[in-house]
Amino acid sequence: MATVYEQIGGAPAMDAAVDIFYRKVLSDESISHFFDAVDMERQAAKQKAFLTMAFGGPNTYTGKDMRTAHAHLVARGLNDDHFNAVAGHLKSTLEELNVPANLVADVLAVAESTRNDVLGR
Amino acid sequence: MPALKHNGLTVELLAGETVLEALLRVGVNAPSSCRSGACQTCLMRVESGLPTAKSQEGLKDTLRAQGYFLPCVCVPDGDLVAAFPDADAVQRVPTRVIDVTPLNADIVRVRLAAPERFVYLAGQFLHLHHPGGAVRSYSLASLPSAVEPLEIHVRLIPGGQVSQWVHSELGAGDHVDIGGPAGSCFYVPGEPERSMLLVGTGSGLAPLFGILRDALNQGHSGRIVLIHGSLVAAGLYLVEEATALSRSHSNFRYVPTVLNEDGPNGSFRGQIIDAVTQEVPNPKGWRVYACGHPEMVKAVKRQMFLAGASLKDLYSDPFIIGSPPAVASD
Repeated sequence: MATVYEQIGGAPAMDAAVDIFYRKVLSDESISHFFDAVDMERQAAKQKAFLTMAFGGPNTYTGKDMRTAHAHLVARGLNDDHFNAVAGHLKSTLEELNVPANLVADVLAVAESTRNDVLGR
Repeated sequence: MPALKHNGLTVELLAGETVLEALLRVGVNAPSSCRSGACQTCLMRVESGLPTAKSQEGLKDTLRAQGYFLPCVCVPDGDLVAAFPDADAVQRVPTRVIDVTPLNADIVRVRLAAPERFVYLAGQFLHLHHPGGAVRSYSLASLPSAVEPLEIHVRLIPGGQVSQWVHSELGAGDHVDIGGPAGSCFYVPGEPERSMLLVGTGSGLAPLFGILRDALNQGHSGRIVLIHGSLVAAGLYLVEEATALSRSHSNFRYVPTVLNEDGPNGSFRGQIIDAVTQEVPNPKGWRVYACGHPEMVKAVKRQMFLAGASLKDLYSDPFIIGSPPAVASD
C-alpha cells in the first residue's frame, strides 16, 4: 500500500504540506511561543524532516534526536496539551491534503509514538 | 562510475552511492542529519558538474541558481566537484574607490571599480576589509555589468570601526580589498509574471534597489512593490530615483514609509508592518524580499508567511550590526 508520502506526491509535495502545517502551528497562540525564538526557515526544515518521517518517507530520525531537540522546550513547560495541539494541526493538515482517513490514522500513530521522547519521559 | 572531487580529494563513487555516503566513506567530516533530503543540514555547492534534479528539490530558487544541492540524496550521473558553503567567500581582491557621497544624514554611497574576477548578482553582499583587519558585509545596490561600478550603502554606526572609517577617511582613489560575493537574496529570472514584494529599512534599501533594477532590466512583468521604511522623513533616500522608476514602469509601485512624521507625497505614515499588510493583504504566490533591521525582517517574513506566502518564497540576508552575516545559515 502507498504511504502518505507517496500518496501526496513525494518530496515535491512536502513543501506545500510543511507550509500548511507550520502556518497552523504558528497561528495557534497556545503553542506559537515555543517557536518564536528560532529562525523560521530552520524550524520549517526540521518540520519537513519530521513530516517526511511521519508520512512514511525516507528517514533516519531516532528517538534520541527527538529527545535532544525538544529538551529545551520541556524545560520551558512543554506538556501533553501542547503535544496534542500540534498533533491536531497535523491531522487537519492531512485532511486539507485529502489524505484518506485510514492513512491519517497511520500518520497520527507515528506521531504518537514520539510523545514520550518529545516530552522527555 | 562518476568521480567526485572535494577539496583536492578524488573519490570514485560506488554504484548507487550518494555524494554524502562517499564523503563519509573516505573520512570527510561532512555534516548531516535527516539523510533524506529534508533538513538541508548537509547542503553543498557544485563547483563544476551537474547535481541531480532530485538533490535540488525543495531548495530555494536562489540556492538552486548558485548550484547548491543536497549530497545525501544525490547519486550523480557524471563527475562532480563539490564544496561546502563556507568555502565560498574566500577570495579577496583589491579595488579602487571611485567616490563616497552622502545619501542622507547617516548613510553614504560608496562606489568601487568592479574587479574583473568579481562575479555577482544584484542584491548579494560583498565583504569590505578594513586595513586593521576587521571585515564587514555590505549589500550590492549595483547591477553586474562591464560599465557599472560596484555600489554599497554604508550606514554610520556609533562606535563602529569600519563604518566610521568609511565615513570619515575613505575617499576617491583609495585602494581597498573586497571579498565575496555571498548571499541568497537576489532576483531569480524565469517567472517574469510573479509578483514581488521588496521591504527594507535604512541601508537595507541597497540590495532591494539592486534587485528592483535587475528585475526591471530583465523585463519582469508582474507587480513589484517596494516599501522603504524610516523613523523620520529625512532617513529616506533614493526617493527621486525610485519615484522616477515607478513613473516609467506601470507594474512598479514605490511606497516610502515613515514612522514618526509625514513623509513625501504618496508615503505611508506608521509601522512598516502595517504598510506591508495594506499594500499586500494576500501574498499567496508572491516572492518576498526583506532586508534591514533583523526584527523587522523576522516580523515581515512571519506576517507574509501567515498571510499565505510560501516559505520557499521568503528571501532575506539580515543585516547584523558588528558582524558579517552567516553565509550558509539563511
